[in-house]
Amino acid sequence: MLRARFVYLGSRFLQMLVVLWAIATILFLIFRYMPGSPLTAYIDPTFTQEQEAAVRKQFGLDDPMIVQYGIYLKNLTQGNLGVSFFQKQPVWDVLMDAAPNTIILTSIALLIAYIWGVVIGSFFAWWRGSRFENTGILLTLMTRAAPEFFVGMLLLSLFSFNLGWFPTSGIAGPGVLFDSVWAQLRSGDFWRHMILPVATMAIYLQGLPTLLMRSNMLEVLDEDYVVMARMKGFSEWRIMMAHAARNAMLPIVTAMTLGVGYAVGGNVVVETVFSWPGIGQLLVRAVQSHDYPLAQGAFLLIAVVIVVMNFVADVFYSILDPRVSTTRNEVG
Amino acid sequence: MIPSTTVAPVTEAAQPKKHGLLTGALAPIVLVFKRDRSARAGLIIYGVMLIIAIFAPLIAPHNPTAVMEVDGIWQSNKTPGSDYLLGTTNIGRDIFSQLIYGTRPALYVGFTAAISTVVIGTMIGLISGYFGGMVDLFLMRLTDVCFGIPFTPFVIVLVAFLGPNIWNIVLAMSLLFWRDTARVIRSQVLTVRQRPFVQAAKLAGASDARTIFLYVAPNILALSFLYGTLAIGWAILTEASVSFLGFGDPSTVSWGYMLQDAYVSQALGRGAYYWFIPPGITTMLAVMAGFFISRGFEEMLFPRLRGR
Repeated sequence: MLRARFVYLGSRFLQMLVVLWAIATILFLIFRYMPGSPLTAYIDPTFTQEQEAAVRKQFGLDDPMIVQYGIYLKNLTQGNLGVSFFQKQPVWDVLMDAAPNTIILTSIALLIAYIWGVVIGSFFAWWRGSRFENTGILLTLMTRAAPEFFVGMLLLSLFSFNLGWFPTSGIAGPGVLFDSVWAQLRSGDFWRHMILPVATMAIYLQGLPTLLMRSNMLEVLDEDYVVMARMKGFSEWRIMMAHAARNAMLPIVTAMTLGVGYAVGGNVVVETVFSWPGIGQLLVRAVQSHDYPLAQGAFLLIAVVIVVMNFVADVFYSILDPRVSTTRNEVG
Repeated sequence: MIPSTTVAPVTEAAQPKKHGLLTGALAPIVLVFKRDRSARAGLIIYGVMLIIAIFAPLIAPHNPTAVMEVDGIWQSNKTPGSDYLLGTTNIGRDIFSQLIYGTRPALYVGFTAAISTVVIGTMIGLISGYFGGMVDLFLMRLTDVCFGIPFTPFVIVLVAFLGPNIWNIVLAMSLLFWRDTARVIRSQVLTVRQRPFVQAAKLAGASDARTIFLYVAPNILALSFLYGTLAIGWAILTEASVSFLGFGDPSTVSWGYMLQDAYVSQALGRGAYYWFIPPGITTMLAVMAGFFISRGFEEMLFPRLRGR
């Protein structure tokens, strides 16, 4: 049994590597074969032929495609993502400067969203059929239906422009530069800048765990052990919390690991609304300015997070729920 | 991770036992709208949107991209009033007319994306689940790859290269949207395939294509519809995000475009609520309509959730 699990996890890990390779390849093809070659943006029309040739050589664009592909894969495995066209710095360094901002923003928003989701979702199940539940579900669906940037705009106009409680953009007041992530985390100014983006993201993210928790609870309430607990005469509250909620939370853990990946992919929008200097904003700007090594690097980084999180979700699932057969394949 | 409303495990789906012609399979879909109030509400919202979209030139008082002028003076930043129902933008375009015309792209994007999701996802799920073996392995690994691609970034990268036009946005979305549908349909097909009537059809010598389309497909059609209705909302949201990020179709006035226009023109700072709140609300309504319909399907497919 244990052996079967290791074999499963091992093959799942290999599968993850294959998926990463496939995504890297798709990305290579997109960036090299698409109409409107990225190089046209970089080569100035006033360049002489020699200058253009020099640039092409610098970026390795003269080699045959297959050689370029080989170099690309080799570089990737070594963490070498090339040099940003416009920032003139290694892409890796640019990404690592932005990564902490994205990680802090996303993880806090996720945490708030999932705690909220578990609590509110349980309440919905507890008061099933009530007006509270009906209104609550409608409101939750509304948050799922609202474009994230629209929520961000509403919060900005209300709390920043109207009430003046929070700054409108960025991670710090003008002229402030943090020496380290640590200094950034200790700065009250930073936290004040973070409240609105975190709220925007959390409002969007909480819908899934809330609805999921509710339906899991309803499902679990039909299980034999809950019926048993009821027959033993335990209070409804105790049954909900001690018996039902604990088991209903299992799928939430999986959903959250998957949610990490999707949140990172989705926060391009939130980061843009609040000019939050994270990976998402970097990606949007890189695509706009045709800085293709940077765009490619940011895209890959986000894809890696998603793929790894999908893997982690499967691992969690197989550990947390022993009934899961090792051949199952659908999560989320 | 498309499901917005939670989708219960597929194995519990109550199956319409009917098999045979597709018309028979459409009956439960009609039934959803007859029985479920929220599904009907969703349908009515789309009906109204469709009417507005068709008669937009009659309803909208002005051309949505024309700059309003009175005696050669630009009517910019007008607040709502009898001349301009929802006021004008910073360069004097009529906001109400833009809102009316915005129904059109929302409907194209929503429905084309939904149709392509249903068609591609259902086909891949059917083929993968029915044939199994190497075909299944290949298609499901392909699905895994698609699940690893970040959605919004993929769409903006592709649209940036292909050109900012509404069909490229739909194309980019359709390349990824099918992934959820394909997975769910496949696992459903795996159980349907074992049913006696499918086995009987095969024994009686029905070809694979006949078995798939006449015996298997009708039993998964409602599930495809569920994912299709969810896709309408997601497509409208994605188009709005893409427009907001500046990769939208510059020649189409969509609600996402209006929001982006308001955002970059500092409508927030000026407190021009009449500019950015209406398109946000209409987007939410359109997306919710999709959710409402999908809830109707969910309750039919997973009756355990009904009425609790």
